[in-house]
Amino acid sequence: MNGMRRMSALAAAATLVLAACSSSATPSPAPTNSPAPTTATSMAATTAPSAAATVNCVTGSITESGSTALQPLIQDAAAAYQSACPGATITVNGGGSGTGLTQIDQGAVQIGASDVLANTKLATPDADTLVDHVVCRQGWIVVTNLDVTGVTNLTTAQNIAIWTGVDTNWSQVGGPNLPIVLIFRPSSSGTRATFKRIVLGGAIEATGGQTLTEDSNGAVTTAVTQTNGAVSVIGFSYYNDPANKPLLNGLQLDGVQATIANVGNGTYKLAADGNLYTKGAATGLTAAFLDFMMGPEVQGTIIPKDSYGPVSMP
Amino acid sequence: MTASNPAVGRPAGPKPSLRRRGSRGSILADHAATVALWGTGVLVLVILGAIILHFALAAWGVVSPSFILGDPSRTTLGGVLPILWNSIYILVLTMLIAVPLGILAGIYMSEYAGDNIATTAIRFAEESISSVPSIVVGLFGLILFVDDFHWGFSALGGSLALTFFNLPLMTRLAEQALRAVPQEERSASLALGATKWQTIRHVVLPLAIPGLITGVILTAGRVFGEAAVLLFTSGVGTPQHYNFLNFDLTSVASPWSPFRPATTLSVYIWNLNSEGLGAFKTQIIDGSAAILIAIVLIFNLGARFIGRVLTRRLTAA
Amino acid sequence: MAQMATADRLTGLRARPGLLERIDVPRRVMFVAAASMIAIVALLMGFIAWQGIQLFVKDGVSVGQILSTTWQPDPENGATNYGLLPFITATVLVTAVALLISTPLSVGLALFLSEVAPQWARAIVQPALEIFVGIPSVVWGWLGITTLVPFLAHTFHDPISLSLPIVGQVFSMPGFFFGYSWLAGSLVLSIMVLPTITSVSYDAFRAVPQELRTGSLALGTTRWQMIRHLLLPAALSGVLTAVVLGMTRAAGEALAVQMVIGNAPIMPEAITQPLTTLTSQITLDMGNTTFGSPWQDALWTMSLVLLIISVTSVVLVRVINKRRLGA
Repeated sequence: MNGMRRMSALAAAATLVLAACSSSATPSPAPTNSPAPTTATSMAATTAPSAAATVNCVTGSITESGSTALQPLIQDAAAAYQSACPGATITVNGGGSGTGLTQIDQGAVQIGASDVLANTKLATPDADTLVDHVVCRQGWIVVTNLDVTGVTNLTTAQNIAIWTGVDTNWSQVGGPNLPIVLIFRPSSSGTRATFKRIVLGGAIEATGGQTLTEDSNGAVTTAVTQTNGAVSVIGFSYYNDPANKPLLNGLQLDGVQATIANVGNGTYKLAADGNLYTKGAATGLTAAFLDFMMGPEVQGTIIPKDSYGPVSMP
Repeated sequence: MTASNPAVGRPAGPKPSLRRRGSRGSILADHAATVALWGTGVLVLVILGAIILHFALAAWGVVSPSFILGDPSRTTLGGVLPILWNSIYILVLTMLIAVPLGILAGIYMSEYAGDNIATTAIRFAEESISSVPSIVVGLFGLILFVDDFHWGFSALGGSLALTFFNLPLMTRLAEQALRAVPQEERSASLALGATKWQTIRHVVLPLAIPGLITGVILTAGRVFGEAAVLLFTSGVGTPQHYNFLNFDLTSVASPWSPFRPATTLSVYIWNLNSEGLGAFKTQIIDGSAAILIAIVLIFNLGARFIGRVLTRRLTAA
Repeated sequence: MAQMATADRLTGLRARPGLLERIDVPRRVMFVAAASMIAIVALLMGFIAWQGIQLFVKDGVSVGQILSTTWQPDPENGATNYGLLPFITATVLVTAVALLISTPLSVGLALFLSEVAPQWARAIVQPALEIFVGIPSVVWGWLGITTLVPFLAHTFHDPISLSLPIVGQVFSMPGFFFGYSWLAGSLVLSIMVLPTITSVSYDAFRAVPQELRTGSLALGTTRWQMIRHLLLPAALSGVLTAVVLGMTRAAGEALAVQMVIGNAPIMPEAITQPLTTLTSQITLDMGNTTFGSPWQDALWTMSLVLLIISVTSVVLVRVINKRRLGA
């Protein structure tokens, strides 16, 4: 008990010292964006994001939450920024696109990540206060269990037939005589909404006792690998993961290989923007980090490594 | 509800001479029942043994000092130190709130509570919270702490939600521990002129300590493994590295700050299963699960051991 | 009791207490601590109830609609319909099957511990049960998807078992067997509620006076006859309480069930089918919807339903116990 008290006293003292040292003494204990530009760099240097060759270091701490599809990228970018700028802390959280939009709208976080545009989930007055920063392109791929042999490509029409429940056996699309098991993401998910919009053209998916729903890329991957005749849609970053790729049969869409290059040249259509939202214009560390996301290190190195596409693509 | 009256002794097995008097059929039925009942006991042990063996094998070669003390990684096996730290941090924070509150409430229920409306209401509240699904408690924390208080995901929000969830358990265990203290001890103290509070403080509480400690550890075990509550209150993410020398409690970067998102071990397992990447995903989940089970095992065996040692020491003194 | 009365009389003999003692600060502090639970329950119920009715109040959905069978919350698919019946039915059925599996086992185990087991066996089984309680639900879920689901899928989906006369018919009935299913959910839950039902029924058996047992055995009954005709009836309300508590736990379990049940939002037809329970649908959609949207309001309504289920079960337990005490 005594040791405990001494410990907290120590912590309190340390807090005071640190607060006195830094210019950003924030009395509020809530995680706040506390901008404190270091003397070495000036804010003016960051006005042209793509031109920033060196990292603009701003100390402080910010929190991101939202889309799980964007989480690997933001995590890696945050790690790179923090190793370049030891005074900055960027906490990356998942939670889903809806969580990200809710929390950025309420000011509980500094960046909210979403696979879909804010106005599809939030009411108009709220959505209008948010500023969208498109930081990458992301692609999705249709995958099946390895036992669906002989199927390497599905056309848009075939996809519609399969996902709306018209075709129920792989033999109908050139595969083995095996029932098709549809594995959906939840209907609230951004992945499902994007797939439905781009590939299914808004057609309403099949329901019933022959479909499964799993709530995440990981759970979907497990379900596809474990279920005979299963088909689902996952993000490129999950498909290209060394742990997943050998277990899955990735399909072409309309004869186009699902690669980042094809997302870039516009031939592979199952792709969308990755959106990071801020409440009003970004300031301080948030602005510096968003600039960093648009800079050469993230766009040129991290984005390809994690199987996303750079924003320069159409 | 849990009427383990210590006055009721354990039944001594019926004497064989008595059993022999039944009809042939009833003796057969009796034997069959005995075998079946033994079977249930054996089955539970087999299931538990299989689970422990499963995770022991799965964790073999995964759990090592460098896994426990390392930082998470996507390209290598890495470690779970920041996550383990969060589990312990949230556990301690929760227990700091729940234990004093639970023991005080337990004392009230055991020593003071009369048969009136207030007591009935407290009992009803106690039973209600223990039966509320943990996910509902998590959602409650989501509205109250994350949304309404604008804390975002935070360790404190998670701890408070966990406190809500576990206060009834702590109270009930404390009450049981206090009730187990023989009535004569109280009467003797009161007869010597001690006030009720003096009696509680100097006579009842010391005697109840073994039971109270058992209660604390059992509650801790439940707090440690909880995920559904924390999923919505303390957040889902993979902390990369903690600087334990950062004592700035207002910064989300400090591992000491209660106002930062804090993924615990159970939530980490959930998160890896959902969105995990990397060739080592399965091993990391198995390793984390093995650590969780090992800690729960230690909590349970520890509670028994400490309780027994303290009882012996206190009754000998 | 008599001692208590004597003690009270003795304290009464003491000199008139001082002001501080008359206020009795410790008593008040402890009362506040105990009463904080009332505040927590009130707060929790208030918040969940308030959020839960928003679907009707703010979004103008009729109360009757939640009892329909169509779950169509997506405005982009046309007219929305927030039918919660598939989830409620699934919760009830998954829980029921879990209890059907778990109750005989748990009651048997409780009987074993209280009537049959020698000291050493109890010393092993009881701690084992406590460890069961301590295993986190995500670990059960993880075990479920890595071992149970593939086991079910392979065992019942291979051509040999499908060609068996009755087994094959059962497992090829509506849909086919993915492993992810009502059965998988019920199996995982049955293990998770086992310690709850066991420990509460154990207490009930222990509370039956020893004299009844010795009396019965002295009359020449076997131990099993004594258990069946005397112990079980005498402890019936306690066992019922145990089952109700197990039911509450099963109905409210979220993560483990969500991981193995397959999450298809449909009315249950067969035990081999994937289903969605209230808790699993909440976990699926909560993160993807925004606060205040009708979709999320419907999820809050689901948690209100869960809350109502658990409070009802508390009342049920109280009624059962009152009857026991009254009898």
